Amino acid sequence: MPTDKPLLVVENLCVSFRTEGGVVPAVSGVSFSLERREIIGVVGESGSGKSQTLLAILGLISSPNAVVTGSVRFLGQELLGLRRRALDAVRGRQIGMIFQDPMTALTPVHTIGDQIIEQIRAHERVSRTAARKRAVDLLDAVGLPSPDSAVDRYPHQLSGGMRQRAVIAMALSCNPALLIADEPTTALDVTVQAQILELIGRLRDEFGSAVILVTHDLGVVAEVADRVLVMYAGRVVEEGGKGQLFREPLHPYAWGLFGSIPPMHGPRPARLTAIPGSPPKLSQMPQGCAFGPRCAFRHDACAAQPSLGGAGGHRSACFLPQDRRQELRRTLAAGAVPA
Amino acid sequence: MIETRPKPLVRTSDLSKHYPVGRSPFQRRIVHAVEQISLDIFPGETLGIVGESGCGKSTLGRCLVRLTEITSGSLEFEGRDITKASQRQLRPIRRQMQMVFQDPAASLNPRRRVGDLLADPFRVHEKLSRSEMADRVEDLLVRVELLPEHAQRFPHEFSGGQRQRIGIARALALRPRLIVADEPVSALDVSIQAQIINLLADLRDEFNLTYVFIAHDLSVVRQFSSRVAVMYMGSIVETGPVDAVFSAPRHHYTIALRSAVPVPDVDNRPAQRIILKGDLPSPLDPPSGCRFHTRCVAATSMCRHERPVLSLVDKNHFVACHHPRAG
Repeated sequence: MPTDKPLLVVENLCVSFRTEGGVVPAVSGVSFSLERREIIGVVGESGSGKSQTLLAILGLISSPNAVVTGSVRFLGQELLGLRRRALDAVRGRQIGMIFQDPMTALTPVHTIGDQIIEQIRAHERVSRTAARKRAVDLLDAVGLPSPDSAVDRYPHQLSGGMRQRAVIAMALSCNPALLIADEPTTALDVTVQAQILELIGRLRDEFGSAVILVTHDLGVVAEVADRVLVMYAGRVVEEGGKGQLFREPLHPYAWGLFGSIPPMHGPRPARLTAIPGSPPKLSQMPQGCAFGPRCAFRHDACAAQPSLGGAGGHRSACFLPQDRRQELRRTLAAGAVPA
Repeated sequence: MIETRPKPLVRTSDLSKHYPVGRSPFQRRIVHAVEQISLDIFPGETLGIVGESGCGKSTLGRCLVRLTEITSGSLEFEGRDITKASQRQLRPIRRQMQMVFQDPAASLNPRRRVGDLLADPFRVHEKLSRSEMADRVEDLLVRVELLPEHAQRFPHEFSGGQRQRIGIARALALRPRLIVADEPVSALDVSIQAQIINLLADLRDEFNLTYVFIAHDLSVVRQFSSRVAVMYMGSIVETGPVDAVFSAPRHHYTIALRSAVPVPDVDNRPAQRIILKGDLPSPLDPPSGCRFHTRCVAATSMCRHERPVLSLVDKNHFVACHHPRAG
């Protein structure tokens, strides 16, 4: 359906926590938008704020010490600050969710069928029989073998991959326009991961859902995403189309990430170009660019906070001259720059 | 295969490990976690063991250093049969074989200082004075790229990557010949993962180490190993030099596993992806014949009845399959 408005617009989203040691920023000024049927991958390491960003979008940060500011507009409606009841009409119905551990989304004391039926009936006025039929269809659609009997199974009777499928079936039960998935395949084996990733790609094609996929695995992003956000220390440091970002990444942190992954093709490098040091603690954020202390190209300008900039939808938060980036990147791979 | 090769450091013959499960004797069933594995591990090589969860790779690793009793078969270390060696007999051998675990936090006592933890191996195996011990601990810390003053800290004061460095330092303390590393980098972020892989590789060259590197991440194993063994339901289904197994896999399970790995590259995508159907069968009730026949594209009736054995298909490349893919 042609709509000129994006499905989801996130603007200047900030999440911080009040702690004994002062206010700690977890997410700082994250902005992005998502079109219908678009799959966006959010990559980052632990503590980069990627999960907190998702939770904030969903209004799931319940800590009394959390402060969430900014704006999250879904289909034109502002979600931040929405009352619980109004939020519940959106969550689960128009926005489906999948988390890393399927057992956190399933109760062990009910069959998966009952749980899907409950979900459907919470949002739509349908009979139990009709809901059950839909549950079976959904389980079939996500590739659970013999859905007729699987619907009456308890979560513990299913394998990890099957449970994740059941959770996806539940997330899809009301044909959500947006599916939010937080590390949906991290707990799974690669062969099962391949099955689930294929399924997520198919969801977009068949159900028309847009997807936000949060992961630490660049391989997973290359597999399914259209567009990618790279997060570091609570900020988006690079944003671009998948092709742009994988072919010519602009941010030194992204270079380090790519250099850290051992290749599956071609010659094996003698050493991986690892990123020295470790990510900053949120309570001890460095001045200026948060990646500065680990960056081989740090210079005077980096004492200030860089903002996202760049052309053609490919933007990065870095002070290095745009036209020299790829040249600089090659020096890093060659090991010419002292780490 | 007759070839003059150096004597293996570790040799297993038909090594098996079974676990009984079930509460009452009437319900008791046997899980064949590791089944009849025969392996030679040569000095200086790094043998990668890959497979999905439950394939028995960790159990095999623990058997190799006798952290768990072996049900049947034999295990030799430096030519000595240690299958049934008592704990006391094992003690002098223990210093030659060490282990690095996935979760360093779980293998470091949270109530003791890192310096104390690292001094333990010396207390058990060597008679050293206090100052000698402190020196050795300092050397170890520096060698794994930590700072001497870290000896005074407790494990919780370190990040995951630093804790793994401590785990490596402890394994390294007695200059072992063999280190079995069970998923040493899988709990770490990619940037830290690369640091630890580089460190392990440096140590290999410096101390002439032999590694058994157990991991589920194929790209990490490819980077770090010289030889690889692929396990499925307790058995090795394919083994050979890393480049041969990864670029020209012959077993259909390896082929599927290999193609399932998502690669962070948009231009060199695998031509076709093989998506395995179904789940791993229950290890309590393993399929007859070839364990993989229930999910294999090339399975025939022979595969249902006859268990294939590892046989040579190429130089040092073995496959346990009735219908291996042509090389």
